[in-house]
Amino acid sequence: MSVKNIVRVSGVTKDFDLGKLVVNVLKGIDLEIETGKYVSIMGPSGSGKSTLFNMIGGLDKPTDGKVFIDEVDIAQLDAYELAWLRCRQIGYIFQTFNLIPVMTALENVTLPMTFAGTSNDAAVEHGMELLNQVGLEGRHSHKPSELSGGQQQRVAVARALANSPAIVLADEPTGNLDLTTGEDIINLLKELSLDRGVTVISATHDYKMLNVSDQVVWIRDGRVDKIQERSELDIKTGGLA
Amino acid sequence: MVCIVGIINAQLMSVTERFREIGTMKCLGALDRFIVRLFILEALMQGLVGSIIGALLGAIAAAVSSAVNLGFEALVFAPVGAILISIGTAVIIGTTLSLLGVIYPAILAARMQPVEAMRVEQ
Repeated sequence: MSVKNIVRVSGVTKDFDLGKLVVNVLKGIDLEIETGKYVSIMGPSGSGKSTLFNMIGGLDKPTDGKVFIDEVDIAQLDAYELAWLRCRQIGYIFQTFNLIPVMTALENVTLPMTFAGTSNDAAVEHGMELLNQVGLEGRHSHKPSELSGGQQQRVAVARALANSPAIVLADEPTGNLDLTTGEDIINLLKELSLDRGVTVISATHDYKMLNVSDQVVWIRDGRVDKIQERSELDIKTGGLA
Repeated sequence: MVCIVGIINAQLMSVTERFREIGTMKCLGALDRFIVRLFILEALMQGLVGSIIGALLGAIAAAVSSAVNLGFEALVFAPVGAILISIGTAVIIGTTLSLLGVIYPAILAARMQPVEAMRVEQ
């Protein structure tokens, strides 16, 4: 059986038109990501990590080239189908958490389920389960402002998993957290990816991520610099860990 | 006039301040329709509650001032029908203005690409 690719990116370029100046952020990216892998996209600031990440998540449209999620070209989808894709197939985790401030932790987690049309009782039950899983027992009625950064990110992780997506996209999930808390979140993501067979794709420049990644994609100056499997990684980045 | 500008501006702000939130909801798979409906519902409730409280306070203030100026007998002859009509008009105008202020930015925000909405500085 051939290995299934959940994400396929072919020849993607992205230009940002700043009026007088056009910036080519991505200059032709080809990438395939297998189902169930934990993939890190690494690269210096400004290399186009986040832009690529947004393309994969269907949050932005490429200037040229195609992005396939589960072999479906997302440029062909209309607004309704795209919303469905974001709702059911993809879970997002952001650097800045982006929880809804007026809602409690539980409500934040059940929100995507409401969008998916789950009944309220089922959503609450599943939401509590997810919060327990990420280690937030008894904190379900707290607002984001009453939680620490690490706890907020845990809520975001639970929210990303609410509709059992096939892919979890994490854009610098540890960027706003201290070392230990960041490590906790990384381990949590890894555990969940193993448990549920979810593909985790994270854009990061956090070297702690390397330890748990199955595959690392290095981006430099809008192109894929190299793709390393975990086995080759340990030798080459031994000095950094 | 001052009220019109005030109400519309307040509603415009309440949407633009929450662009990021809207972007997040779109990422989570909210439909454009859902977001517009959410804001309209909110504006409707705020408009109703606000204008009802305002109209009642206004009516009470008018009653008190006429009682002070003209003596308590004035209240006996109070034109109840006219008062109710002006309360009703105030409520309708208030709610409509609050809706008007929210509809345009809500549609604008709902149509944005999620990344653009989230890139907006808070």
